[in-house]
Parts: sequence; C-alpha cells; structure tokens
Amino acid sequence: MIAAAAFYFFGALAIALSLYVVAAKNPVHSAMSLVVVFLGLAGIYALLSAHLLAALQVIVYAGAIVVLFLFVIMLLSLGEPTERARISPFKALAGLSVVGLCGGLYVVFDELTPLATSTLSQDYGTVEGVGRILFSQFVVPFEAVSLLLLVAIVGAVVVAKAKI
Amino acid sequence: MSDLGVPLSHILSLSAILFSVGLFAVVTRRNALVVFMGVELMLNAANVVFLGFARAFGDNAAHAIAFFVIAVAAAEAAVGLAIIIAVFRSRNTVNVDEIDALKF
Repeated sequence: MIAAAAFYFFGALAIALSLYVVAAKNPVHSAMSLVVVFLGLAGIYALLSAHLLAALQVIVYAGAIVVLFLFVIMLLSLGEPTERARISPFKALAGLSVVGLCGGLYVVFDELTPLATSTLSQDYGTVEGVGRILFSQFVVPFEAVSLLLLVAIVGAVVVAKAKI
Repeated sequence: MSDLGVPLSHILSLSAILFSVGLFAVVTRRNALVVFMGVELMLNAANVVFLGFARAFGDNAAHAIAFFVIAVAAAEAAVGLAIIIAVFRSRNTVNVDEIDALKF
C-alpha cells in the first residue's frame, strides 16, 4: 500500500518535472529539473526491486550526465535565452501527435493481460545477481560496451579540442 | 505485480508519458542542449519498460540490458556534448534551426 503510494508519488514527480524540462526557457532550469526526474525514476527502480540499477541511475545519470550538461551550459555561456514562448502551428501539431502516441500506447498497455505473479529470487536485482548474468550470458556485449566507452572518450576529446 | 500493488500497465504508461515528453522536446525545442535532454528522457523511458517487465517476469536479464542502456546514454552524452561544443566554436550558436549546412 505504501509502496504503491510511493510509486505514484515518484511517477507524478517525474512526469511533472519532465514537463518542466521541456517548458523551461533557461537550459540550467531544464538540467536541474532533469536531476529530479532521474532521482524520481531511481526511486521507482528501487520500488521495482532493481537495487543496482537504482544506484547506477543516481550515480551515472543524476551525477555524471547532468553535471556534464551543466558544465557545457556554463562553458558556452549562452546568456539570455533566445527562444520565444509562442505556440506555433508546428508545436501544436507536435503536441497533438505525442498526446495521440501516448493515448495509443495506453490502449495497447491496457489490453495486456496481467502476468502471473512471479516470486522474486533471492538475488533479484542485486549486484550479485546482475553481475553474475553480466559476466556469463552478456559477457560479449559487456566487453563491447567497454570498447564503446573508450571510443566515446577518445571521440569526445578529438571532437571538442580546438587543435590536436 | 507481486507485492508492489501497482498494475504493470501503470508502469508502462509512465514510460509512455516520459517517452512522449522526451519526443516533444526533441521535435519542438531549438536549443541543442534541451534536445539532448529529451533524448535522455526517452532512453530513461525505455529503461522503465525493461525494469517493469523484469519485475513482472522475475528475470535478471533485463537489468543487464538496462545497464547497457545507461552505458550507451553516457557515451552518447559525452560525444554529443563534444559535438555541441565544436559547433558552438565554429558557428557561435546552439540553435538547431541555424545549423543547416548539411541541408540539401
């Protein structure tokens, strides 16, 4: 009961702040509300017993990625926001389209029959359980991701540096 | 759902709403940084689906996939923000409407 209330609280928080990410004129405000969205999603992951992913969400998303965003916003010193808050026909069409997409998805999701309640194993979502599967079944993608991160580091330095 | 007391369709609906908001940010905002934030929102919506179904099936494999999504999002943010810095250096703007040199 408390878990369900917490789920709806975190969900409403994430949705409200994600709307502010889109609506805010100042990119710094967008980035700060993005932190709250990520923290709310981390709470939802914890409620879903995904303990490792909840911790990673806080460390990688709310920590590293948003700090990177803030660094770039400060570095570029964009000054006053130039976007005007006006409702163009294109924006209205885009809004209607995403509302339609959302409604269509909800119709599909509502058709889903509830899955049989499965009992969670002892190591569900823990570092041990996820680590075991990462290093057995998913070891090749895991190594590929390490290569991807190496390429991203080198690529980011090469692209962002003025002179090599 | 086992003991959470929330139907799976509500978890999936949360993900659908987050994905739609992210998509709206990508197609309507002109600031390239906010466009990137929209992409991050969409990736997070995908993770919510993975973890919701993982909980329903009691399977750890989706956690590994969500882990990979987070790693790819980190790489994408690093390279994408580097590209924004490079574009800003040569064009002095991050407005995606003014960056149209590749437009035919």
